Amino acid sequence: MSDSRASWRAHPAARLVDAAARHPAVVPLAAVAVAVLIGGVIIAAAGLDPVTAYAAVLAGALDPDTLDYTFSVWGFICGMALVAAIPLRMGEFNLGGNGQLVLGGLAAALVAGQSGLPPLVAVPVALLAAAVLAGGFGALSAPLSTRFGIPIIISTLLLSPIAVAVVSYLVRFRIGEAGAAVAQTERFPEGARMWAIGDLSYTNVGLLVVIGLMVAFWLVDSRTAVGFELRVVGANRRFGAYGGVRVGRLAFGAMAASGAVAGVVGAIITLSSPYRLIDGALLSPGYTFAGLAAALLAGGRPALIPVTAILFTVLQVGGAAMERSADVPRQLSDVLQGVVIVVLALRTVIDSRRSGESGAR
Amino acid sequence: MHVFELSFVAAVLLAATPVLFASLAGAISAQVGVFNIALEGQMLWGAFAAVAASYYTGNPWAGVLAAVVSTAVFALVLAVGAARWKADPIVIAIGSNLFALGITGFLMGVLFDVSGSFSPRGLVGLPKMQWLHDVPVLGAVFGGQTALVPLALVLIVVVGLWLLFTPHGLRLRGVGEHPEAAASLGINVPGYQFWVTIAAGALCGFAGAQLSLGNVTVFTENMTAGRGWIAVAAVMLVAGRPLWLPLACLGFGAAEALGFRLQGVGAPQQLTDAAPYLITILVLVLTRIRIPRRTKASLTA
Repeated sequence: MSDSRASWRAHPAARLVDAAARHPAVVPLAAVAVAVLIGGVIIAAAGLDPVTAYAAVLAGALDPDTLDYTFSVWGFICGMALVAAIPLRMGEFNLGGNGQLVLGGLAAALVAGQSGLPPLVAVPVALLAAAVLAGGFGALSAPLSTRFGIPIIISTLLLSPIAVAVVSYLVRFRIGEAGAAVAQTERFPEGARMWAIGDLSYTNVGLLVVIGLMVAFWLVDSRTAVGFELRVVGANRRFGAYGGVRVGRLAFGAMAASGAVAGVVGAIITLSSPYRLIDGALLSPGYTFAGLAAALLAGGRPALIPVTAILFTVLQVGGAAMERSADVPRQLSDVLQGVVIVVLALRTVIDSRRSGESGAR
Repeated sequence: MHVFELSFVAAVLLAATPVLFASLAGAISAQVGVFNIALEGQMLWGAFAAVAASYYTGNPWAGVLAAVVSTAVFALVLAVGAARWKADPIVIAIGSNLFALGITGFLMGVLFDVSGSFSPRGLVGLPKMQWLHDVPVLGAVFGGQTALVPLALVLIVVVGLWLLFTPHGLRLRGVGEHPEAAASLGINVPGYQFWVTIAAGALCGFAGAQLSLGNVTVFTENMTAGRGWIAVAAVMLVAGRPLWLPLACLGFGAAEALGFRLQGVGAPQQLTDAAPYLITILVLVLTRIRIPRRTKASLTA
């Protein structure tokens, strides 16, 4: 039995199959395939038609008339994937993206709401203010972890609702438009809106900012000492510390950068159409966890984030269309995100089984 | 405003009970070395299962049973993944929390054709212990509560004593303390981790049922609203001493109950919502101020 198996393994075609099965893209693709299958089973069990539902997702997301909107969402999800990926590189989870996002929106709204700022100044200052406020808030979690032993994953989660509540309060009672039915700020003046690209109504220069941030992270990650330190600490924290990496400072920097990116994304969303800070509007699309799912699917690798973000953009934008035309609740997007993440977590099993098979045994 | 009256004690206990169940779940998981942050999603699923089963059968106790059993099954993902297959419990938990959020909203739309919240006329909540009303003090504190409220307190004491004073409890703590040493004594480490994770799921089922059929009689999307995370924080706070959990959870209950009262006198809801989180993080920081010095001492010793 083992003989025949060994000879089959030596066969060139088998080696090709083996090599293909080891390709790094196999696990993410398999995770997506499993999620789509499970989602299909759930839709069918609910007495609905999975094929119609998925077709509606694709049609809704890739509709040429709304591609402009889809692109803008892709930018936001790429941004929030970056927020998750930066600390993930050193093995930490920032689950407080929601709080950092709304703080960015708040900072941008406060700057943009000031009349009289020249257009060329208003937008950069708003983005900078958002990065500083949200970055500072994100960085709080680093000393909480290194000095007080509260894991970053817990402190980000506990701090986030506080920021969300404070911003919600300010929009509703302090800086909101008086007499409006919805808690929102007044429309920002023309000069304080995100610079447009041509006559597109959703995609704007904000997308280029996010792409710039992704390139910057890719460069830092692959070309600098800091990126190397991040990855060493992520692979083995104690080895990193032994090798002279100051883990506390690294965590501070990573969390500050992560929060700052979230703040910039919040600012971009707020300064884009409809040019207001609206209570809850930054959170209801669920960009934070879509971004986290994209980052996990990319294995934290910066170069893959734009690709994996496409999947969650399609789910996010197409989910609403699916609800309208196929009568499948849009929460299916969350279900699929959850399944993708769980399957990815279980990947280690496949990996260890595989290496056990080809190893010394 | 009368803060220190018995009705306030009752309100504190009511707000604290779901978190009590969930934190007990987190505490026993921590005892076997499983960092369980799936509490939030499991509690949410339990809340949904309780409401759905109570609605279909007309019996709230069937709702509790459904919540406990189905949440234990829900916990299989974490139990198999983390205990048997040694996958990362954090990533599994993040995924299963998202899954719970999605599937409860999805099923609410598919089964009941509503979105946001579900509270039909036929939905029966858990009965209150009215028969206690004539007893002094106890009547005022427990008379308006469901039987799950004292059950949570009793369970914590029983489990705490069981961990401290029985052979199985000792082995269980050994599994978390030093898995290799425990395994060398012939203890089935993955087995303990597996069944404790399942039991934690069942406790989260109780937490969810109390939330959706006890505290209120309604299911709303994402109704756990971070209580699972407060429970995780409570577990960190007591650092492996489950008998202290009631104190930590009552602190949260007090923050929530006080928030309701303050809303009554005109404080904005947004700010009172933030209070439990702020208090949790402050207490965590305050109790840990000494810790860096202690670890330094042990390093040099």
